[in-house]
Amino acid sequence: MTLETTRRLKHDTPDTDRRLDGMAQGVLGTGMDRPEGPLKVSGRATYAAEAHPEAMAEGYLVRATTIGRITGSNADAIRAMPGVIEVIEDERMIRNAAQGMAGESPVQRQGQVWYVGQPVACVVAESFEQARHAAQAMMVTIEPDGTHVFDAEDPAAEVEKPEQKQLDQGDLEGAMSAATFSLDATYHTPSMSSAAMEPHASIAQWDEDGVLTLRGSYQLLKFNKAELADVLGVAPDKVRILSPYVGGGFGSKLGLAPEAVAAALAAQALGRPVRVVLHRRQVFETVTRRSETRQRIRLACDAEGKLSAIGHENLVSQLPGEVFSEPVAQGTHFQYAAPNRVIGHEIARIRRPAAGSVRAPGEAVGVTAFEIAIDELAKKAGIDPLEFRLRNVPDKHPENGKPFSSSTMEATLREGAKRFGWTHTPPRQRREGEWWIGTGMAGAVRVNMMIEAMARAVLTGQGVRVECDMTDIGTGSYAILTQVAAEMLGFAPDRVETVLGDTDLPPASGSGGSFGAASTSTAVYLACMELRERLAAKLGVKEPELTLKDGLAIHENRQTPLAEILGEEEWRALGHLQPGKAGQEVRQATWGAIFAEVAVSDVTGETRVRRMDGTFAAGRILNLKTARSQCHGGMTWGIGLALTEAMEHDPRDGHMVNRDLAEYHLPVNLDVPQLGVHFLEERDDWANPLQAKGIGELSVCGSGAAVINAIENACGVRVRRLPATLDQVMDGLIAQG
Amino acid sequence: MRAFDYVRAGDTAEALREAGGAETRFIAGGTNLLDLMKLEVMAPGKLVDINRLDLGGIEATGEGGLRIGALVTNSDLAADARVRRDWPVLSRALLAGASGQLRNKATTGGNLLQRTRCYYFYDRGEPCNKREPGSGCAARDGMNRILAILGTSEHCIATHPSDMAVAMRALGARVEVEGQGGAREIALEDFYRLPGDTPHIETVLEPGQLITAVILPPPAGGRQIYRKVRDRSSYAFALVSVAAVVAVENGRIAKAQLAFGGLGPMPWRDADVEDALVGETPSAALFDRAADILLAEAKGHGGNDFKIPLTRRTLAAVLTQATEADQ
Repeated sequence: MTLETTRRLKHDTPDTDRRLDGMAQGVLGTGMDRPEGPLKVSGRATYAAEAHPEAMAEGYLVRATTIGRITGSNADAIRAMPGVIEVIEDERMIRNAAQGMAGESPVQRQGQVWYVGQPVACVVAESFEQARHAAQAMMVTIEPDGTHVFDAEDPAAEVEKPEQKQLDQGDLEGAMSAATFSLDATYHTPSMSSAAMEPHASIAQWDEDGVLTLRGSYQLLKFNKAELADVLGVAPDKVRILSPYVGGGFGSKLGLAPEAVAAALAAQALGRPVRVVLHRRQVFETVTRRSETRQRIRLACDAEGKLSAIGHENLVSQLPGEVFSEPVAQGTHFQYAAPNRVIGHEIARIRRPAAGSVRAPGEAVGVTAFEIAIDELAKKAGIDPLEFRLRNVPDKHPENGKPFSSSTMEATLREGAKRFGWTHTPPRQRREGEWWIGTGMAGAVRVNMMIEAMARAVLTGQGVRVECDMTDIGTGSYAILTQVAAEMLGFAPDRVETVLGDTDLPPASGSGGSFGAASTSTAVYLACMELRERLAAKLGVKEPELTLKDGLAIHENRQTPLAEILGEEEWRALGHLQPGKAGQEVRQATWGAIFAEVAVSDVTGETRVRRMDGTFAAGRILNLKTARSQCHGGMTWGIGLALTEAMEHDPRDGHMVNRDLAEYHLPVNLDVPQLGVHFLEERDDWANPLQAKGIGELSVCGSGAAVINAIENACGVRVRRLPATLDQVMDGLIAQG
Repeated sequence: MRAFDYVRAGDTAEALREAGGAETRFIAGGTNLLDLMKLEVMAPGKLVDINRLDLGGIEATGEGGLRIGALVTNSDLAADARVRRDWPVLSRALLAGASGQLRNKATTGGNLLQRTRCYYFYDRGEPCNKREPGSGCAARDGMNRILAILGTSEHCIATHPSDMAVAMRALGARVEVEGQGGAREIALEDFYRLPGDTPHIETVLEPGQLITAVILPPPAGGRQIYRKVRDRSSYAFALVSVAAVVAVENGRIAKAQLAFGGLGPMPWRDADVEDALVGETPSAALFDRAADILLAEAKGHGGNDFKIPLTRRTLAAVLTQATEADQ
């Protein structure tokens, strides 16, 4: 048995050693190509639905069309249909996907339909088409259980106001009435979908020892394993999840979803492997959406634009029985300084499909609305919105006085403005034919989080293998973890093999909340540091005096090949990161600034984004290419939030009406101009020993506001209900005359 | 998808022979039909594949027009040099529709027979008179942003989603149809039916009849514009579209052929609008009057009320562009 040692870090204090800056391989931070890229573009990367175990049957979920108690079904008739093997109506089926990091079952069927669109059964057949046809023929009888509310703003909605999510500091109303300029405006953002390219899919297979192997498409495997075990009522060690490739998540695959449970239950009942793939329409309904929000924002400032009061009161929606609620004001707590502060958070319990974390939960919609409000107040005060923001940069957390781990708000604003060539002009100044041209800007901010993570590094004379249950949801985990190990242990990246997406491997952070890259990279760093210590000890030098490069250990003017040091041995080490006080003693966040130029048709109100530029600071950038891709994606999300994306709910029963990609309008190529992305490289010692922070979600938080602000600058129309569809802008143009 | 019989016809005669029953559908590109079959919004018992039929090619007609085979793809038609030169509004309309991939597969005949994109038509959990006659219309009091303001009935407010057909309507195209009883031509204006109380019947085609070609009359000249207004820059159905063929002579409008998409259950054309324009001097007031006539009977259903002012403004912009001097 090979010796495996563990290096633990409870992250309580800043790491000022910055050891990565002393490494010699020179691969970390470069825009290295994804090592798995060739597999993906040649179709050899097997995604969840693409395995074909022998004797696999196909399951298809049945959708409820009304709310109430389940009293029966035509399952017997369905069983008689061609190819049908079984109809699963197990009460353990789940009504919607679990919340991120729940680690336990979401609400289960238990004879109840909570929302229109809930999966209530799974038809299993020999072929996919047989299963789908039979599922569409299945009828479940449902006895109505009273009247329900489908709109959070309906006066009949039951509204919760959790104590711990309210804040009242100073005297907001006094400050509002004493202020030279003030704003009291209400904004709305719509219900939205993650709309990842790959639909959810699971293949479940039980072995003779009662161990379930589930090939799925998930983001947080250690939690998903616990969730699945809890749903099924088995011990966690009886569940293994494989998720080596994930075709996009954006929050939709944080929690175990109904197809995985249906596949597991069906495979157990039938004693053969079962595959269940969600239809695109089912993804929209059964996987958690981003809640719609209503945000009342009150701001007050003096003649110089110094903020004296900030109020941000929001209303979100959620199904009964879900713990999560969209944390709209997460960024508002610390983005701007002002002595008088009110933050309110209300949750309406309504019967729309469950809400959950979608790309940058909180800031995506909260910062967007807030940055529109800031623009509105700057305009009232007659101050350049860039300058207005610069006058209100906080030097410490405005509510509790804690320091920032690093504050790059001012730097990103100034650098971004310079790169874009920002000049502030009044609205309705530029016209090209029927098109009004205008520019807008916004700040971006997102909290930084670290999650417990473990990873193994296995060193041989020839290279390194990195192993953990981390996922790569398109973000670049394979590349980044390869780079960290290559850098720390001195190998070219092609000597590093990174194995991910298997719960039999050490539990990493998983992917979500922009915590994945930094958390799991830290675990890999720790494992590598452990191996460096062992190498140093074997060579009789101190670790900091050891240079590793290209398979050589260099020390005291000597070079020793690692192949010589290790011989045939395999050295194994575990890295284990535990978040500690470093996350509480300071406010850790990432910052950015986004600038946009738009054209607005004076005829139709259509908006076209012509130019967009973002400058971001998120600590050490681990891979320039994948980080930039994340920002391109985030800025595109911003365009969708500002202009096109909205999940429409039927007013009569709350069901999602436009649940396909033809009518849920993601931005297409023609909606997205060339996007400029720039990074301000920094070292945030509080973040972790890598000085790296999350980058994935930052650019979503504010991009939409830059577009909305640019629309106002172009044509004078201020949109407060997102997305800024052409009819809203046209109505504004008509009202202006 | 319901199980169905599949027959690949070798020629038109065989296709017509195979297409007897009411449960039979022809399939060409399948870009719309297959999606609907997967959702079981349509569930034909038999498909007759016409892709091997000799219905391709674009030929000049004796009268100086074009005969477009029913199997000509949208991509090929849009790229045809004659179409681009002499019927440019058609090429532009085609390129405003769908995506490159879909246009490579979608055919001329199939495009005319596209079904509506009404959300409720696609959703078997909801009533829809078009999908299931007599079940009701969920759209009237539901989400209706993309639905019709002209030609609707209490039974159906669906729109026809085609861009191609809008341009063809402006150009005065005819549809060549073949059935057991022989071949005939139907003017496009007579091809579609208003929903009335039978919204499930969308055209005058009888069961078993096959579209074999579309005939374009000789080039109409004038200035040709297709303007499509939608919820994103590409790959979305029209909220409003205008196909315009307009000529100005001696300062007066000599020709005005206008068709509209996104407004009604069929590509919409209104002779009164055109009559009001011809012979007149272009002006904002004239264009407004044209819009008054077009929209006199327009009825919004809440979510699509905006289409009324949007149409007025888009029409004015198109007519302004079409009648401007020295372009």
